[in-house]
Amino acid sequence: MTDAGSSVQQELEQNPAGPEAAAPQARIPPPQSKSLWGRIIQVSAVPIAAVLLAFGVGSIFILGSSLLTGREFDPLLPWIAYTSLMFGAFGGLNPIVDTMVAAAPLILGGLALGLGFKAGLFNIGAQGQFLMGALGAAYVGASVADLPTPIAITAAVLAGGAVGAAYGFIPGMLKAFTGAHEVVTTIMLNFIAAAIIAYLVAGPLGAEGFAFARTGPIGNAALVNVPGTRNLHIGVLLALLAVPIVWWILERTTFGFELRTVGANPSAARYAGMRPAVVTMTTMAACGLLAGLAGVVEILGVTGFINTSYGTSVGFDSISVALLGRAHPVGILFSAILFGAMRAGAPEMQLDAGIPVEIIDVLQGIILLFLAADILVRRLFRLRVAGTGVDELQTVSRSYGEQAPR
Amino acid sequence: MDVLYGIPVIGLLFQLIAYLIQTVPNIAPIILALATPIALGALCGIMNERSGVVNIGIEGMMLAAAFAGFVAAGFSEPYLPEFELELFNTTAPLLIGVIAAVLTAMALSLLHAWLSITIRADQIISGVIINVAALGLTGYLNRLVVTPNPRVGAGTFSSFKPPSEITDIPVIGWILDMFLDQGPIAMSVILFVITLQILLFRSRWGLRTRAVGEHPKAAETVGIDVIRLRYRNVVIGGIFAGLAGAFLTLEATSSFQNGMTAGRGFIALAAVIFGRWTPIGALGAALLFTSAGAIGRAVGIRPPTDELAQLGQLLEGIPNEFYQALPYLITIIVLAGVVGRSVAPAAVGQPYERESKAT
Repeated sequence: MTDAGSSVQQELEQNPAGPEAAAPQARIPPPQSKSLWGRIIQVSAVPIAAVLLAFGVGSIFILGSSLLTGREFDPLLPWIAYTSLMFGAFGGLNPIVDTMVAAAPLILGGLALGLGFKAGLFNIGAQGQFLMGALGAAYVGASVADLPTPIAITAAVLAGGAVGAAYGFIPGMLKAFTGAHEVVTTIMLNFIAAAIIAYLVAGPLGAEGFAFARTGPIGNAALVNVPGTRNLHIGVLLALLAVPIVWWILERTTFGFELRTVGANPSAARYAGMRPAVVTMTTMAACGLLAGLAGVVEILGVTGFINTSYGTSVGFDSISVALLGRAHPVGILFSAILFGAMRAGAPEMQLDAGIPVEIIDVLQGIILLFLAADILVRRLFRLRVAGTGVDELQTVSRSYGEQAPR
Repeated sequence: MDVLYGIPVIGLLFQLIAYLIQTVPNIAPIILALATPIALGALCGIMNERSGVVNIGIEGMMLAAAFAGFVAAGFSEPYLPEFELELFNTTAPLLIGVIAAVLTAMALSLLHAWLSITIRADQIISGVIINVAALGLTGYLNRLVVTPNPRVGAGTFSSFKPPSEITDIPVIGWILDMFLDQGPIAMSVILFVITLQILLFRSRWGLRTRAVGEHPKAAETVGIDVIRLRYRNVVIGGIFAGLAGAFLTLEATSSFQNGMTAGRGFIALAAVIFGRWTPIGALGAALLFTSAGAIGRAVGIRPPTDELAQLGQLLEGIPNEFYQALPYLITIIVLAGVVGRSVAPAAVGQPYERESKAT
């Protein structure tokens, strides 16, 4: 352990520049690989290593905790747990469909976070935007339940997306005009969203005739299944479609260029004639739209209604998804499928191996830990590749203390 | 230090509060008990942010501490000697529980310090990690260890009942009652707050801490070890988060539920901001946040008469969810500078990098 600690120290000291001299934490740039495969390996090596390490640490944890239960010690328990997790997630058509259905909101939520990261924004409010989008879709879906299916679905999806975008716009506006840091305002807005839902669903937007407060049945607004499948609703296609769209916006449009420039260096962006305030507001609204759509997909595709105490882990899982995917749309797609698979396979694991489903959150925490402490990962695997620190992120928490109006 | 810039708002309600304190028994002690975990969490946040480290992991630290305290107290009970103090009904397992809770939160704080100071990882991500991991670990171990043993538990600290000669003192009697009719952790909050306030603004340590939070480079040039001071403050801050967790499972209730902190760690963050990064301000904010909801409910139980009737009806008409959202709304308003302005220590969130040694 002391060895690892001193190596960290060494690596840190190799970086001679002070914090002001190199605003984005100046890590030594690794040699650039020219070929596509080389580049893919370079960016994905650390995330993959982090996942593998997390499962390794997780198996030690499973073994250690099995001693607490008083059952017989079984050194193969982690193996049983992980194979049943894999089986529950990918062992056949239905498990794969479940995985994709669980991954769909995570893809959209991960994109919502990733887009923000690219613009130097840490949108912790995906949770709140998800909830508001879900509320919008549930209420409008119930109101248009009797209209023809295409119209009903379109109306409910648009409504949920719009509500999510509006809810994402609020912290963007607050940041642009008052400098209030989005991390704090979005955390607060998450809880406000939960209170709004509790109030509206119990009161004005609730449906009558149910044993508990909830919105009405969504009828024709329910997302139809992809032809030929049993449970694969078209929301999954929407999520998969969002990946290339977000990539295209980021890499091939003027707005995407402005967004990335503002994320890398707001002062330079302003000097080049861009307006960081406008970009911040638009980006936050776009993040809200994506997170809201995640809520829409979950409500119209899976649950069908929303109640007063509707809870979800998607908002916070999305943070992990975006970080593991290194804020790149394709990376987000793969990491969302990984987390979706873990969520979908966990009940099977609990059944077969007696490992509580909460192990998923533990694994997620360990993955994040290794991503944050990527120096350790690179050292352990002797990787000479780029660290995971989403470079755009480095403007995020550093600006926490500066709340000067723009 | 105008920490009480909320006075005009509170002033309107002052008469009503006075009325409720007279008619609803125990409302003042209940409000302080509700505010206790929030105020303690806020002290943790102040220790972190005053020395330049963002901490959004207070919620996770509190939750892990609550669980560790509950488990340590419950499972150590059969092995410990009989020992009971008259005061607060203190028993050996309860003390073990408090120690376990505090140590757990300190360990998580050490992780946070290591990630954000040594590794210089993103401090917000570090907080997210602590929240995610704490929720997962406590949920996992709860199902594995606690659920099969439903009878485990070591009870709670009881509250001190101040004699009626004290509580009957006119005008200030209810204030004394509020702070004295409490268990040990809630009762000590006021001591922690005053001590930390004095230390932060009147001691050498406080001056150094604030310097490190505002301008670490300048602090280093006058010989302050920035890294060491940040480490020490973040880990000491963990003590408060640990006590907040211990309060939840060893003083307020005698059980543990998954996710039982229910956002209190984030309300604590709100209290830090609304209290302008001062301990007394944070306690005031915590009391304001919790009393708003308590008053809203009390008005329904004992509707006021006479000139207060209208105000009472107005408050009763406000839905309960509004009171739940109030702390968060107030924080956004304060941060945005609409009413008053709350500005964080300048260096919060920036990892500190020492100049390379001239060797």
